[in-house]
Amino acid sequence: MTVADAIAEQFDRFEDTPQWLVDVGLIAATMGGIYLLFTIFTILGPSRGAFGAIVNNLQSITFWTALYAMMVLALNLHWGYTGLFNIGVAGFMAVGVYAFAALTVPPTANPPGLGLPLWVGLLGGMVAAALVGAVTALPALRLRADYLAIVTVALSEIIRLAFLSTVLERFTLFANVDFVPDVPLGTGAGRGINIPVNPSIPVKALFYTNPSNPASGGRTGFGSLALGVFEAVGVRETVVVSLAYTIVLIAVVAAFYWLLVRVGNSPFGRVLKAIREDELVANSLGKDTRLFKIKVFMLGCALMGLGGILWEAQRGFTDPTSTTFRPIQTFYIFVALIIGGAGSNTGSVLGGALFASLLFQGPLFVSRIVSFLLDLGSAPSSFADAVGPLLALEVGPFLAYTMNNIEDLRFVLLGIVLVYLMQNRPEGLLGHRKEVAASVPLVDRKGNRPREAAADGGGGDGDE
Amino acid sequence: MSDSEGVEQSVESAPDDESEAADGVADESEPVDDVPDEADTTADLEDGNAETGDRSGPPELVVDGLVKRFGGVTAVDGASFEVEEGSLTGLIGPNGAGKSTTFNCITGVHDTDGGTVTFRGEDITGLRTSTIANRGLVRTFQIARELEEMTVLENLMLAPRGQVGESLTRSVVPGLRGRVNAQERQLREEVWDTLELFEIDHLAGEYAGNLSGGQRKLLELARALMVDPDLMLLDEPFAGVNPTLEEKLLDRIHGLRDSQNLTFLLVEHDMDLIMEHCEHVIVMHQGEVLAEGPPTAIRNDDRVIDAYLGDEL
Repeated sequence: MTVADAIAEQFDRFEDTPQWLVDVGLIAATMGGIYLLFTIFTILGPSRGAFGAIVNNLQSITFWTALYAMMVLALNLHWGYTGLFNIGVAGFMAVGVYAFAALTVPPTANPPGLGLPLWVGLLGGMVAAALVGAVTALPALRLRADYLAIVTVALSEIIRLAFLSTVLERFTLFANVDFVPDVPLGTGAGRGINIPVNPSIPVKALFYTNPSNPASGGRTGFGSLALGVFEAVGVRETVVVSLAYTIVLIAVVAAFYWLLVRVGNSPFGRVLKAIREDELVANSLGKDTRLFKIKVFMLGCALMGLGGILWEAQRGFTDPTSTTFRPIQTFYIFVALIIGGAGSNTGSVLGGALFASLLFQGPLFVSRIVSFLLDLGSAPSSFADAVGPLLALEVGPFLAYTMNNIEDLRFVLLGIVLVYLMQNRPEGLLGHRKEVAASVPLVDRKGNRPREAAADGGGGDGDE
Repeated sequence: MSDSEGVEQSVESAPDDESEAADGVADESEPVDDVPDEADTTADLEDGNAETGDRSGPPELVVDGLVKRFGGVTAVDGASFEVEEGSLTGLIGPNGAGKSTTFNCITGVHDTDGGTVTFRGEDITGLRTSTIANRGLVRTFQIARELEEMTVLENLMLAPRGQVGESLTRSVVPGLRGRVNAQERQLREEVWDTLELFEIDHLAGEYAGNLSGGQRKLLELARALMVDPDLMLLDEPFAGVNPTLEEKLLDRIHGLRDSQNLTFLLVEHDMDLIMEHCEHVIVMHQGEVLAEGPPTAIRNDDRVIDAYLGDEL
């Protein structure tokens, strides 16, 4: 029995517990384990387990977990539910972010925008991503599944390079149309674009009287209280603000989760599953699958756009070279989904958490700790210099080299994890679970035919 | 001829029917005393017979000059035939005769290269597969294509037409789901009824991919029925099905035909079965309709014997 099987078996032990409770328990247990691990990391690291450092690190892990969980859920809608092989996630994120920027950046800025409120930007970013999704989907969804993959991956690069292009650095919409006012816009090309109105502002407004420039104004009543309390126990104020933003992200993850459960447990979701299993059968049963695919593709892209905004725009600045928009981003999100189990929402969240903590952030922590504890000295500059001393049984330079290049070596780790999963548990942690697509339970607790009276009791799920 | 115990309904009807069809080519002269609709629902033995002999109404399905080419191969080469409402029609022919391709052309899976398909008086040539299915023409596949990682229940719940919950808005927006849930409960009842009728209710919660070959055939037939079709195209529904199960399936088919006036077009290689159960047989050979008529006539047709049956019968 493999480790993965053993873990999965533990997951299956709670058969009589209600599913949602098991899921909450699973996520809580996973996060608990991750927090414990990173607390230990912090204690072993340079800060020697100062409380402020622990809070900072756990905050950061939660932040990345929430970001990845959000994106993995959106991808789960495409790939897990419907079998749409979208490998252009980063591109749809970029569309969301740039549309958000174009809508919210003040007209006086350089590059300029429309200066609209934050919520218009959020909505507009989602709509823009959905529309780009529709344009992609219309031709590609009529072809075989592989073509969608090719189209989306190419599109995501085209989008990124278009934003990088100086042609779009500054341009004027409607310049040649007399009766419409000119609208100056721009991507800023390689210089990037400042996004002063961004999702972090409302969070900062909780703490500061001047949220766009905290240093220049004072603290709000709540701000002085909360920041004061945390500072008293050694937590820096930036960490507290980030923590508040992370809580917003968690709420968004919960909203995504709810939406996906809603979509999945419905006749609509049933058709999505049928498309994933065998589209011809769905067609032969009278389902016009093209409509379903376009709808679900647009919905997923809208979520990706929103995710992109919450991920990237909150920094107040973006540019096309950001790792957020690179194809590797899509790859990361896919890895997280594969770990968690395609088709399972709880699995998606777990996959996001495990990927973000163990594969994405974990190696960096380990590298810092090893360098700190072993005092490896300066790392050799080339691979040869690192391997050479091994012949003399000197592992120091090799270890230093390894730790120094841990960011790149993460790929090796990712590869190993993927190969292991493919061989031993291709369905991921929770991909084996039956998540039945229907809005009412189809069987009673014992798996028999539900009797009307009994079934109606628990059948509504409180959502009428 | 043909007196198997398991199948009561049409055994005796077959000879009648054949003789009628054999000597009366166009039966316009025959007295038409019952409107098809009312006979539909009540159809017992005699009515069923009258029904099949009655050619006054338009045929359920008309295939006219159907052509389908794959590269240089002409799989279907001008095939023309008709299927009467409420009939059990057999489509036979050697491998590569174009039977499955014909099915695919009728159901819109393939684009045709010529000819027309008319279903219940309407031209359905070139329509989308889903549109055709929604009009009431449903097919099963030669190799059962169940949705493997969906449960048996989900497979059946998928099929019914006109599900309000197939709208994304209705499924997601709070407050709009009441009607969806009400319909889901109603469908659940129908699905469980169907499962019990097919005696696969003990498999309800299983993944369809875990079913045996014969059970898959049952599931596929049950699923197609959930669409509530008027005409069913069955592509070798009994391949790999054991004799007891086969008899059960045939019982169901006859029962449905008699109770709901469902029409069946059936591809099958088992000649005994075709001869025993179908009142009309179409023989395809090299993409063309070689012969058609009642089983007795087909059995004695020299060309059919040469091309397909051999000396076996």
